[in-house]
Amino acid sequence: MEKIILKDIPGLEKIDVYLANGGYTAFRKVLTDMTGDQVIDEVKKSGLRGRGGACFSTGLKWSFFPRKSEKTKYLCCNGDESEPGSFKDREIFEKNPHQFIEGALITAAALDIEYIYIYIRGEYWRWINIMEECVAETYKKGFAGKNILGSGKSVEMYIHKGAGAYICGEETSLLNSLEGKRGYPRIKPPYPANVGAWGNPTIINNIETLANIPEIINKGAEWFSKIGDPRQPGTLLYGVSGHVNKPGIYELPTGIPLMTLINDYSGGVKDGKKIKMVIPGGSSMPPLTQEEALKAKMDNESLKEFHSLIGTAGVIVMAEGTDVVDVIRRVTKFYYHESCGQCTPCREGCGWMLKVLNRMMDGTGRQSDIDLLSSVAKNIDGNTICALGEAAAWPVKWSIIKFRKDFEDKIKDKTLKLPVLNKVHGLRESDEYDTITFDSEQEVVEDLIGSVQELDNNEDVRKFSS
Amino acid sequence: MSSENYNPVFDESEMKTVQNYISKYPQPMAALMPVLWMIQDKYGWISLEAMKYVGDILNLPADHVLGVATFYTMYFKKPVGKFHLQICTNVSCMLCGGYEIFNHVSESLGIKNKETTQDGMFSIEEVECLGSCGTAPMLQINNKEYYENLTTGSVDKLLDSLRQNSK
Repeated sequence: MEKIILKDIPGLEKIDVYLANGGYTAFRKVLTDMTGDQVIDEVKKSGLRGRGGACFSTGLKWSFFPRKSEKTKYLCCNGDESEPGSFKDREIFEKNPHQFIEGALITAAALDIEYIYIYIRGEYWRWINIMEECVAETYKKGFAGKNILGSGKSVEMYIHKGAGAYICGEETSLLNSLEGKRGYPRIKPPYPANVGAWGNPTIINNIETLANIPEIINKGAEWFSKIGDPRQPGTLLYGVSGHVNKPGIYELPTGIPLMTLINDYSGGVKDGKKIKMVIPGGSSMPPLTQEEALKAKMDNESLKEFHSLIGTAGVIVMAEGTDVVDVIRRVTKFYYHESCGQCTPCREGCGWMLKVLNRMMDGTGRQSDIDLLSSVAKNIDGNTICALGEAAAWPVKWSIIKFRKDFEDKIKDKTLKLPVLNKVHGLRESDEYDTITFDSEQEVVEDLIGSVQELDNNEDVRKFSS
Repeated sequence: MSSENYNPVFDESEMKTVQNYISKYPQPMAALMPVLWMIQDKYGWISLEAMKYVGDILNLPADHVLGVATFYTMYFKKPVGKFHLQICTNVSCMLCGGYEIFNHVSESLGIKNKETTQDGMFSIEEVECLGSCGTAPMLQINNKEYYENLTTGSVDKLLDSLRQNSK
């Protein structure tokens, strides 16, 4: 099968090998034969969608960019890659870094951008070192710097090292981090295309998205649009992890059946077990049940059928016997840890959800906790500045819908009912709503209010049954 | 690696590096993260005095520096062990035994999360996903090298070799 990014060419990470294999032909073409509008049109026609999770049309995003503006313009390459289950960008840094750099340079040339910042998560120390070298080589070969290849265009390219914050993968948070601030997401609009880094027009694209650009220019939009599912054409770098025999990154067309990915490429489920649950696109995407996994195709539109999305195509496979509640607890712990703290629903809600999931795992969960969890998730979803709220709420919300029995099985004492919890969260659908006494209500409210404090004090790593 | 207290000061060549960082961005504030990295690389952790010092260099209020330093988890706000073991227990690692690795290391070193051994050699921290899901379970040492596909046996060997190397 044809690969666009992770080609089977030995030594492709070296610039000379990259150049010998058609590297920078696209960039030269853009500099000499194409106008910015033509490049944008080509990318738009190719149907390329962002690979960072939101799946927005890249060409459309570019077409909103005020490239005639006299302000200094920026391109930020988003290599923050922190979504649990996602490890594709580091593969690009390692195996084909120059194609990504060429993609970034093409983007800059087409949109009249003068500065490129490559934001890489701080943990990727090894890959940052690789990229520092690659950028230096790019300058040495004359593809970056002043008056590139005599075209009159100039681009400066820098690497910005993160320092451990998942939220900085959110585009406006990334901008704040780049500016030397806390990584707080900004309210949109205004969108970064108009008011981005230092208040200037800024385009933010994922590393994988940019790595696709040179081949779209080389081989044309039509070629690209015919690969995979037409609604989201191209290939994806599927990152398969969890209970499979051969975890790793596999570059395959969009729209392939999930089971093909798991069985034919990832060596099948460990120990020949059945599937319990699959997270199709990084931990924030709603999980799939076994039945859904058997039918699912791996592209954004097909997964909508199962109320999920492709996200970053980080596929986490869980075999039979996996404790769903424990997994969701761990996912929630992550979002609790990574919430930036700006919006109350996310900051408090993640802590509340974690506390409830912790007590379910402890065996002190209550019958009403399942609805309480749904209710908290529902109240986070859509009520925050950025998508971290949804990312935290979706796994909880959908795992309860799809795996309710697993949650019910966790509740040992079936008689313990405290429906007042629903009242606290404004969910008044419960029949038992009127059965509360004042005392029990008070107790529960105190219980809830104490939650976040308590979590902060507890530095112990908790291990539950799975 | 980490000294308990230190007097933060950059020499001439380090100040040149700082100026180089400042020149990469339209505003000096943006050099804050790289300069905090410089402090941490030099002294092992970032003290309050160091934050004030960085604020003075970049002409930023100390509270802004404090805000940034405390927001990002990779900046150490207190000293850590010579080898700071950052063990991932997020979903993919958890499914492949990340907690077993964490508990094993914790027990064999006799320290809990975010603690340091008495000889100052090791400290451990439970960290979130480090993007090594296909090679889980894993750990990172001192924000640098990754050690992947771990087993309790390979972790023991790793700890031994670290002890040997530090002698």
